[in-house]
Formats: sequence, structure tokens, C-alpha cells
Amino acid sequence: MNPFSYSKPADVSQAVNLVGPASRFIAGGTNLLDLMKENIARPEHLIDITGLPLKEVRETASGGLMIGALVSNADLAWHPLVESRYPLLSQAVLAGASPQLRNMASTGGNLLQRTRCYYFYDSTVPCNKREPGSGCPAKDGLNRIHAILGASSECVATHPSDMCVALAALEAVVHVEGRAGKRTIEFADFHRLPADAPERDNQLADDELITAIELPSARFRQHSHYLKIRDRASYAFALVSVAAALELDGDVIKDVRLALGGVAHKPWRDKAVEQLLKGKPVSRENFVAAADAMLRDAQPLEHNAFKIKLARRAIVRALSDAAVGGNA
Amino acid sequence: MNAKMFPPGKNSPVGQPLDRVDGLLKVTGQARYAGEYPQMGLLQGSVVSSTIACGRILSIDTSAALQVPGVVAVIDHTNRPHVASYDKNYEDADSAEGSPFRPLFYNDRVLYSGQPLALVVADSLELARYAGSLIRVEYQADAHETSLTAAQATAHTAPAETPKPRGNFQAGFAGAAFTVDAHYSTPNEHHNPMEPHASTVIYQDDGSLHIHDKTQGPQNCQDYLHKVFELDKEKIRIFAAFVGGAFGSGLRPQYQLPLAVMAALHLKRSVRVTLTRQQMFTFGYRPNTLQHLRLGATADGKLVAVGHDVIGQTSRFEDFTEHVVEWSGMLYQCDNVQLTYKLAPLDVYTPLDMRAPGAASGMVGLECAMDELASAAGIDPVQLRVINFAERNGNEDKPYSSKELRACYEQGAGRFGWSQRNPEPRSMRNGRQLVGWGMAGGVWEAMQMKASAKASIDGDGKLTVSSATTDIGTGTYTVMVQIAAEAAGVMPDDVTFVLGDSSLPTAPLQGGSFTVSSVGTAVQQACRALRAKLLDAVRMAHPQFAVVDMAEVGFGDGYLIVQDQRFAYADIVRESSHEMLEVQIDAEPDEKRNGYATATHSAVFVEVLVDEDLGSIRVNRVVSAVAAGRVVNPKTAGSQILGGVVWGISQAMQEETQTDHNLGRFMNHSLAEYHIPVNADIGDIDVVFVEENDEIVNELGSKGVGEIGIVGVASAIANAIYHATGKRVREFPITLDKVL
Repeated sequence: MNPFSYSKPADVSQAVNLVGPASRFIAGGTNLLDLMKENIARPEHLIDITGLPLKEVRETASGGLMIGALVSNADLAWHPLVESRYPLLSQAVLAGASPQLRNMASTGGNLLQRTRCYYFYDSTVPCNKREPGSGCPAKDGLNRIHAILGASSECVATHPSDMCVALAALEAVVHVEGRAGKRTIEFADFHRLPADAPERDNQLADDELITAIELPSARFRQHSHYLKIRDRASYAFALVSVAAALELDGDVIKDVRLALGGVAHKPWRDKAVEQLLKGKPVSRENFVAAADAMLRDAQPLEHNAFKIKLARRAIVRALSDAAVGGNA
Repeated sequence: MNAKMFPPGKNSPVGQPLDRVDGLLKVTGQARYAGEYPQMGLLQGSVVSSTIACGRILSIDTSAALQVPGVVAVIDHTNRPHVASYDKNYEDADSAEGSPFRPLFYNDRVLYSGQPLALVVADSLELARYAGSLIRVEYQADAHETSLTAAQATAHTAPAETPKPRGNFQAGFAGAAFTVDAHYSTPNEHHNPMEPHASTVIYQDDGSLHIHDKTQGPQNCQDYLHKVFELDKEKIRIFAAFVGGAFGSGLRPQYQLPLAVMAALHLKRSVRVTLTRQQMFTFGYRPNTLQHLRLGATADGKLVAVGHDVIGQTSRFEDFTEHVVEWSGMLYQCDNVQLTYKLAPLDVYTPLDMRAPGAASGMVGLECAMDELASAAGIDPVQLRVINFAERNGNEDKPYSSKELRACYEQGAGRFGWSQRNPEPRSMRNGRQLVGWGMAGGVWEAMQMKASAKASIDGDGKLTVSSATTDIGTGTYTVMVQIAAEAAGVMPDDVTFVLGDSSLPTAPLQGGSFTVSSVGTAVQQACRALRAKLLDAVRMAHPQFAVVDMAEVGFGDGYLIVQDQRFAYADIVRESSHEMLEVQIDAEPDEKRNGYATATHSAVFVEVLVDEDLGSIRVNRVVSAVAAGRVVNPKTAGSQILGGVVWGISQAMQEETQTDHNLGRFMNHSLAEYHIPVNADIGDIDVVFVEENDEIVNELGSKGVGEIGIVGVASAIANAIYHATGKRVREFPITLDKVL
């Protein structure tokens, strides 16, 4: 860890005005501190945002929820309005990390977790995400945990968050503020695919701070399910996860959301696949067809072909469980 | 108050579930570990590690590091102080055959990825680590090989005394009614005790060193430093009062110790070096093995051929050997046995004993193959093992001093409900889950080493017993108190056991499940000898008892009882002319062991639930029935078995140090990505100690339980997964992708 200076602003505009070339915002620090200890992040200035007034969860005029960026993962998961209206989000948050980490980690910070690719985490080996242009040993190395969708020749890393998979399915909106003012980013647009710039995980400008996550009004509370498959029962990142949400009219699918985690550089959603299911009855055949469509373009690496099979089955399972009220 | 006559009555402290005598210190944070001792002016060292697997250092640029305020020194191969130059100086009590690694930046050679190349010494740990990150090393990288699979053809016969072939394996195998011919593999695994390796070297005014080290052998470390630095032993005192788990990783002196000592001697200052979690992957580990099992049986299940061929990995500089194949020649009765053991040298560090070294790997092959044989022959897996029960150890052709393995099978099966098992794979279900029941046997040697102990009793009747062993979390403090209390005839509350200090009476390394057997015997004998001293004192002070015979005297509850008189030990000491009565003894294995094989055994029964769609496997319940002689403390012994079973679950399904062979480097070197079970992975574990009376193994009748808990667990799980799914997975760990 390199030496750094530290400041703790009291409001958002002060915080974004403190941003300099080698500064970083820090909230819970559950990821950033690890990155600093491993010499992967080397900020010279830390802007501690835990004093900012971004800790509220409130209902919006349109019947949705506005979640302050500093609401802890634990408080978010156990918030009565989240539990009752967005059980998918509660499940996803609780599927991630450990209770201790969820107590510290912030909602905004959860969006900014870096990949858990082994090579990214070892500063002595090449990694295009860590050091652009240095290469990607994962492509021909230990890639069992890596991407099967949307990867590039530069980077095959996955996004590690569970919460974000649910937020993608729920079509959350990210509220940010920078020196130039405030703007909102659709969740689907927030994270990037690696393409030729894997060092950039998302669309945030350097001086921008996430201030809130907005959820549209709840339509899937009856029929949603978050399914996470991992190498141990807790404290492991998803090999594959599925956020499935259905709006049913009797047996007929009125609307559906489907997002995958652990398979790509961002939570993976495909509106065309969702379109396939709309208006169709709940049936295993229809879910299988959707799963096949979702994985149609999947490209395995040497050690992760199993993820394609696993993701297909997980999609069918998650949709089936959602259909029968999987959040119960 | 009547004196309690402990041995062999049921009031004896031995056999009681005594709470850990050090438990309060541990749970209240008062127990200090090697890296926690405060010291004024202490310097902190941080190790810079190699990033290539093979080659030479062309240059090390330390200039930026040296410019950091607070950095005191950077030591590397270009500026290190003089160190010993012969191999023998670097050998230790657990050395492998070959040329030991020289951790003190001996020259410019890089032998493995993660090798220590430089030590930064600074005023604080943070500064030392930061300065270390500024050091630039230029290498000339040579081609490396880190894959055992790729290098197996280069394997040579291990320098180990594997049992000679007996009978005619080929003929037995060829003529068998049922055969199994299968290949298994087990991965590299790192010990990863919760406490990282650390050494705090406190530089004394006279130039001598007091060192708090994470070790399983304080005297081994003392001797090693004595040889490496050519320092008088009297100038080196090693302490290890508490060890936060070791599992074998502390059997050899690890490199942080000589590095910290080198810096302390060089700077004449106190220095601490603590390894990072990543650096916990840069020394010994359980080695990758490739195993070929060939079993043949008659139509009624009698083994007529056992072949077990193993290739293990080792370093280029040492041949690490362990007992991988021996078990296949001793657990079952078979006349035609052929066991081979080879090593393939790679550009890696030397492996190191890890809990049940050899057995935890080798029994994976044997016990999975036995299950395959049971399936092939249509015989129940327990029944197959009973059919092939060995009364004698076939490797040595000796009878067992005791072997209650049949009772393990019976009681384990009974507790588990094995008789309800439908033998057909995929026949048992619970909703979406396939249910699988599997079992395996376990075995470990019951060894005993020479050990010494000192016992002294003071005028308050307080007994202090000491030996230079350690307590790596196993409960040594506690069980030695119990053994001493029984042997001396005092209450456990009046006993203090002192360990973890190289200046104490000689003890062997703490490993191999032989601490109770070795140190416990020494403690028992020292306390018995102390009784004799107490009697002598009574004879001196009370002429009427001057010629009383030991056989007429009772000892218990802090009293010596002779005829109608009771003498409190405290009074005996006070009436003597001494401040305390003290005796030191050297114990060694009894000769009567020579005619016998001695071993612990177990039978492990497992239920797994497999969600076949998603590949997820849960070990729902485990019954482990263990025969280990007399159990000194069912609570701490039970915990040993529980921990072993949990590790077995880990070995079966999660644990693997993954190597990128292009880079020649372990890559999942953190506890986030090196998976071991979390609480949520663990179901019900039922530990049963079966009665086993053994008057040969040692006078305590106790065999030790540190290893046996893990042995067989991984095979039992693999066998249960087969029973659930019909799939044989022979490549460990059995991660979910392998059962999809």
C-alpha cells in the first residue's frame, strides 16, 4: 500500500470538487482496501464519502424507491420496503459476501467492485485490465471462473457483484453527480463490456460520484428468484447466477426479466430473449428455449465450457422457481 | 476428605472432557502469537518474492526503496552478510533428501515463483511493504516446468523404503474374478493456518536472541539457526507459547525465521518478519499426486491383487517423500501386493507434510478403488472391507498391538443407519436432490518418539510439568495437564504445563499424531518419578516409614497415603529441605512395541445430497468412528476429528492450489479464491470413539488423534457422490462442474 492523503468532505459537491488525478472515493472500503494492499490500486488521495448524506431509502413519487449510495448492503437487503417489494434484490444482496462485509459495503460501492480474476489480483503478472497492453494470461491459463459472453481478446474477466445482477433485472437507474452536474444512467448502460479498453469497468467519469440507485415501481414481487451457483455455500463469487422475475397473468407471462451474473464483464441481459417469453405460458419448454437463446452466442474458454450448460440449467431452474413464487 | 486414588479408577482426570486450560486466554485475546509480541524499537521486515519460476536475477534496484524515510535496510543476495555454505548447515529435523533451500539470498538463482529475494527492514510494516513494492528485479528467465502431468515421464523412484513387493501381483490380478484398474489424482494444497508465519526476534543486550516463532518444534528452529548462523545454541532461545494452527507448515523452520534473524544480527536490533497470506503459498504444501490403482478379487470378494503406483511432485533441490502407498499394503489382507512410489522434480518449492501426510492422498486412491471393487463384485462396501480385514500388517508381517476397526465399521454403520442403504446408484432421492451414501476406512500410524519432561512440585502443592513441545491448537496444554494430574495424583487445577520454549527438556517436533504418545509418556514417567521423590522425602522426614515399599503407598488428590497416614504433597515439600521437589526424565518407546504394528483406524460414513441439474453437492451428514486407543480428553480429541472431517470435506470438494503452468505460479493465493469450507458447507458430524484397549503401544494406551480424522473422508464423499449420481469422479477436488 502506498502512502496517501485523506479528506472527508461533508457534501457531494465538495466531494466531487476534491477529485484530482490520482484520487479515489472510499466508502466501506471492502474492495478498495484489498486492492490497495495488493498494490493494484495506488491512489494518492482518498476522499472518504461516509460523511455524505446519502444513507436514506425513500419512496419516489412514481412508486419506486430511491436508495442512497451509502446505504449498507446489509441495511438494503433487510429494508422492509426492499424485502417486501423487491425480494429479488434482497436475495441477491444476501447471496453475496459475508455478513461482516455486507455491514461495511455500500450500495454505490457494490457497483464498482473490480473483477476477481486471479491475474488481475496478482500485480506481478500481466493483465490488460490492470496494466493496459500487458496481456491477458487468463485466456490461456486458469479460466474456469471467466466469461462466456461478451468477452474480448483483451479481457475475459467477469463482474463479481450479485446485487448488480438483480439491479439489471429490475432496470434500476444510477444517479450520479460530477463537477458538470447531475445525470442518470440506465443500469444496462452503466457497466461496460471489455472490448479494447478493459481497464474501464463502467461509464462513470473520473469526477463522478454515485449518489443513489433508483428502482422503478415494483412489478415482480410475486414471482422472482435469485439463484446463485458457486463453489461453496457462502463467501464465494458466482460461477453462474440468475436473476429471474416474472409478471404473470394467470399462466401467461406478461412481462419477464432475466439477467445473468458470473458469465460476463457486466450483468448479462438480453431483451430479445425476454421478448421471446412474453405472451407465452409458463412451461419448461418455453424456459428451455429462452435459456438456449440466452446462451446462443456463448464462447467457452478451455476450462469454463461447463458454465454454458450450467447457465442454461440455472435459467430454467430460476424461471421455474420464480413462476411458483420463488421468493417465498 | 478421602484421597481419590486416580489410576486406574474412573475418577482419573484422563478420559475426562476437560475444558482447554488455555481456552480463556485464547478467547479473551490474551494468548500472544509469534507476530504479536510488542517490543520497543522493533523493526519490521517485509519479504520481496520472485515472480518467475526459474532463472537468474540480473539486477535488483533497491534505490527507490532505500529513499523511503523510515526504511532502515534492504538486504538481498548482493549485500547479505556471510552465511553458512554447506548443505548440512541448512538441514533440519524434517528435511527431505537433497540439498535444502537456502533462504538467505544465497545467490542469484531463482528456483521457484515466490522465492524470497530481498528483505526490506523499516520502522513500520506498512513502510516496509510499500518500500518492497518499489524494488525492481530484472531476471533472465529460463524455461520452467511446473506441471506434474507434463513431467510424469521424468519421475524417478523416490528415496523411500516402500514395502517390497510380495506374492505375485501380476498373476493375482490376471486371475481375479473382479478387477478395478483406475487412475486418480489429488491436487496441491497449502496448509493455510489462520495465523500466518511470523518471527519476532528480540535482540538482547548481550547479543543473544529471544525469538517468538510460529513453529511445531522450538528446538528444531534453535538447532537450525545455530547451524545457519554458526551461533552458539545458548545464544538462541525460541518461544512458541501459542500457535494459531500449523498442520505441518511449522515442522520445518520457515524462511521468515532466518530472514528476521539475519536482519537482527546485521542491524543489532529487534526485528519481526510476518509473511503475507500470499506468501503463505511460497513454501511447503501437500503435493499433487497421480495414482494408479489396480485391485483384483475373487468371486466372493477376497483381495488377490493390490497394486498402487503413485507419482508425486517435488522440487528440483529436494526429494520430498511421504507414506502414500504403504497403506495399500497394510489395511487389507492380500498376498499379492505391489507398491511403487516415484517423484517428478519441478520448478517449485519442496512439498511438506500436511495433516496425515501421504495417507490423506494415498487413501483417496485405495478407498475409492475399494468402492469400485465393491460395485463390480456386487458386495456391500462395508462387507467387502470386513471380508478383507487384516489381522496383521502385511508390510511388516507383524500383528497389530490393537485394531478395533471392525468395531468402527459396526458402530459407524449403526449410527449412520447404513443397513437402510439401497446399493443401487441413483436409487435414493429427496425431492430434487439425489441422495448418496458412501463410506471409506482410515488408517494412520501410531508412532512414538523419544521425549523428555521435567516435573516439579512446590510448597503449595502446585505441580509444574514442562517439555519443549508446542500446542498447535490440538489441546496439548490440556491433555498434558490431565496426564500429569493422573500420574502425580493431583487435581488438574493444581497442574501447570509449560511448553513452547527451546530451553525446556527435549521434545520431538509436534506432528504425526505422536505428541500424546511421546511427550505424554515422558510427562507420565516424570510424574511417576516425582511420586518416588515425594515418598523419599516422607521416608526421610518420618523414620517410621523409612523402609516402606512403593507398592504400599497410595497417591491421589494431592496426598501421599501410607498405612493410616495421609501427607499432603505441599506439606511434604515444606518439610523437606528443598523449595521444591523436581525430577527430569527421558522417555523412549517401550521395547515391547517392536514385535507389533501400531496404528489408529477409522470408518467414515457420509451422506451427500446432489442437485444434479446444477451440480451442487452438500455433505449432509458424516459419522466418523475412530479407534485410537485410550482417549485422554474426549472433548479435544473430538475436536481433532471434527476438524479432520471438515478438512476431508474440503479435500473432497473444494481445496486446490491452482498453478498457471505458463507462468509457473500459484494463482489463487488468497483465502477468497483458495476455497475451504465455510460454516454453511458443514452438516451434521457425529464422532464416535470406539473402545480400544492397548497395553503395548505405550503405558497410557493412547495412540493420538491428530491425523486420523481426515483420512478416508474424501474417499467416502467421492463414493457417496457415485452412489448418488452413478458418476465416478477420480480427479480431486470434485467441484460441481465435474458432476454436471
